[in-house]
Amino acid sequence: MIAVLFRLAWTNLRRDRVAQVMTFVLPIGFFSIFALVFGGSGGNGSTPRVHVLVVDESRTETSAGLVRMLSEEDGLLVQAKARPANATPRDSAVTLTRERAEALVRAGEAPVALVLPAGIDTSLLRYDRRGEKALVLTDAADPIAARMVTGLLQRATLRLSRHAAAEFGGAPDTGSVDEMLPARVETRTVVGEKRTSPMIAFYAAGIAVMFLMFSASAAGGALIEETESGTLERVLGSRVGMTGLLAAKWLYITWLGVLQITVMFVWGMLVFRLPLLSHLPGFALMTAATAACVAAFGLVLGTFARTRAQLQGVANLVILSLSAVGGSMFPRFLMSETLQKLSLVGFNAWALDGYRKVFWFELPVAALWPQLLALVLFTVAFLALARQLARRWEVA
Amino acid sequence: MTALHIEDARKRFGAVEALRGLSFELRAGEMLALLGPNGAGKTTLVRALAGRVKLDGGRLALFGRDLAPGSARPELGVVPQELALYPLLTAGENLGVFGALHGLSGERLRARVAWALEWTGLGDRAKESVKHFSGGMKRRLNLACGVLHEPRVVLLDEPTVGVDPQSREKLYDMLAALRAAGAAVLVTTHYLEEAEARCERIVVMDHGRAVAQGTLAELVAVAGLPARRLTLHLERAAAAAPAGFSLGPDGTALTASVTDVAGELPALLERVRGAGLAVRDLDVRAASLQAAFLALTGKELRE
Repeated sequence: MIAVLFRLAWTNLRRDRVAQVMTFVLPIGFFSIFALVFGGSGGNGSTPRVHVLVVDESRTETSAGLVRMLSEEDGLLVQAKARPANATPRDSAVTLTRERAEALVRAGEAPVALVLPAGIDTSLLRYDRRGEKALVLTDAADPIAARMVTGLLQRATLRLSRHAAAEFGGAPDTGSVDEMLPARVETRTVVGEKRTSPMIAFYAAGIAVMFLMFSASAAGGALIEETESGTLERVLGSRVGMTGLLAAKWLYITWLGVLQITVMFVWGMLVFRLPLLSHLPGFALMTAATAACVAAFGLVLGTFARTRAQLQGVANLVILSLSAVGGSMFPRFLMSETLQKLSLVGFNAWALDGYRKVFWFELPVAALWPQLLALVLFTVAFLALARQLARRWEVA
Repeated sequence: MTALHIEDARKRFGAVEALRGLSFELRAGEMLALLGPNGAGKTTLVRALAGRVKLDGGRLALFGRDLAPGSARPELGVVPQELALYPLLTAGENLGVFGALHGLSGERLRARVAWALEWTGLGDRAKESVKHFSGGMKRRLNLACGVLHEPRVVLLDEPTVGVDPQSREKLYDMLAALRAAGAAVLVTTHYLEEAEARCERIVVMDHGRAVAQGTLAELVAVAGLPARRLTLHLERAAAAAPAGFSLGPDGTALTASVTDVAGELPALLERVRGAGLAVRDLDVRAASLQAAFLALTGKELRE
């Protein structure tokens, strides 16, 4: 009897392609994507590198040597030039200043900046707590970047002054470990320094967008339920056309999404002191654009899938993959450069970037235009695709 | 006056030819049954009339106006075979939604919803979720949602499937009320006794075309069936059938076709008695729609 039931279950699986995909292909897909995001790149040259802005105010042979050695580090992406603040597209990049570097860190263009002030070359390898300090300007969201730059600066200093370091052997006159290092460094947090719970802003947006995608796909899947129950046929037989039907569903799912994100952020504000009220305009814009985009995405899933089982499988694969790559589970700035660029093919990465600009970098609303534009374009593309896919429900 | 005119309707889905030149008419105010085995093309026709299937050829006209695919057809009410209702909505809310989708609003919508609740006998359940309704209640509501906008022609695809005899009676009473109000009704069904008892005319479809149409008597004649069938039940099994009779498989029943029962019966009984056979009982049956249907469409199973 047990053998009969076992065989029955196995036969059902063998004849259900969707179940086979869910059982065997889906786990492989997830494994590959998560391995790619969380497990490094397998030595293909796209190892995560820390993007560091370097300002050489000293302009001496020693400081130039330090910059050169830092540039040779595999773990760093050194940028010494940038376009001015109000540059036109024709303006070329100029050497970074301290103010420009700090502004760029504040804007989220790089997680860390290193300033080598005038006189830094005279303070290297002194070990007497005197002389100029190198200044590391950092974003609190990425604590690893500052520590890495600091460590590599020490190594560069030692390498630059190999002979002097070799001669050093006496006991330092201080108990501070910092004073045993060859370069004096001061680290100053310029972004997120006053945040009580720095990562809340990241994860509130990340989790909200991920679950928004799930609820949008479920709402889009109502089309499948309506097909099965016959109500879709009945609705389409009335005065409502497919375009009107999709428009109504899109507006509803958008409204639902706005509510869902708002509830999430209000909870974050009440429980985790997320500064929602002081960022309302940016929040409202990002939430409206994100909800509209996710709603259109949900319609694509709903019109693509033929059955509930298909929808569930496809939605799980696509949403969890987008969430992993787009930064809902793991900050994008900690991913490899390749993956960071690749993740921009997903609309959720743009949405998270926008929320990050609002809550973390506290940029003005005008700075959100690239993210808002991207979300609008994604929305239009998704709606067009959903309309095309929905043709199968129209006149046969 | 012709309410619905179907002429040479043709539709193919890939290798399957669902409609192959179907033609018939629905007259204003009549109730017409559309019968046919599974796969005969009934649902395809209903969907084409509802504007959900585009014909490859032929003509559909509603009160003389040609129906183009996707065109508005407010004179038409379609009641699908599925219970196309929103289960989490109440009966009143379902009616309100479908009424609004058919263009009703304001006071007229409220009045029609009130009428529908009364008509379906669901007035006291108006505020209950449909998911708690019995099959019969859902069927009645399903019907009401399709006629809220007072269509002059109502198409019903298997309206009584899966409901008990009491609910069927109620549904046909509701349809009778629609007809009394002037609507023409086209109903597809597998329940032949319903078609026989409730409809003035019947169209028998098979393989995408109408193989016969008319009243029951006309269908019986077209099928070549006798008007009456006489069956004599014998006391003992006979070895052979007397002239004009057929012998049943176990030899205890003789059957014969009769047109004039009173005139032909004495002679037939005399012939049996002359053959030395004793009659225990007899019955005379009129030709049924079932017999006509099987004669017209054959006994071969349809997939």
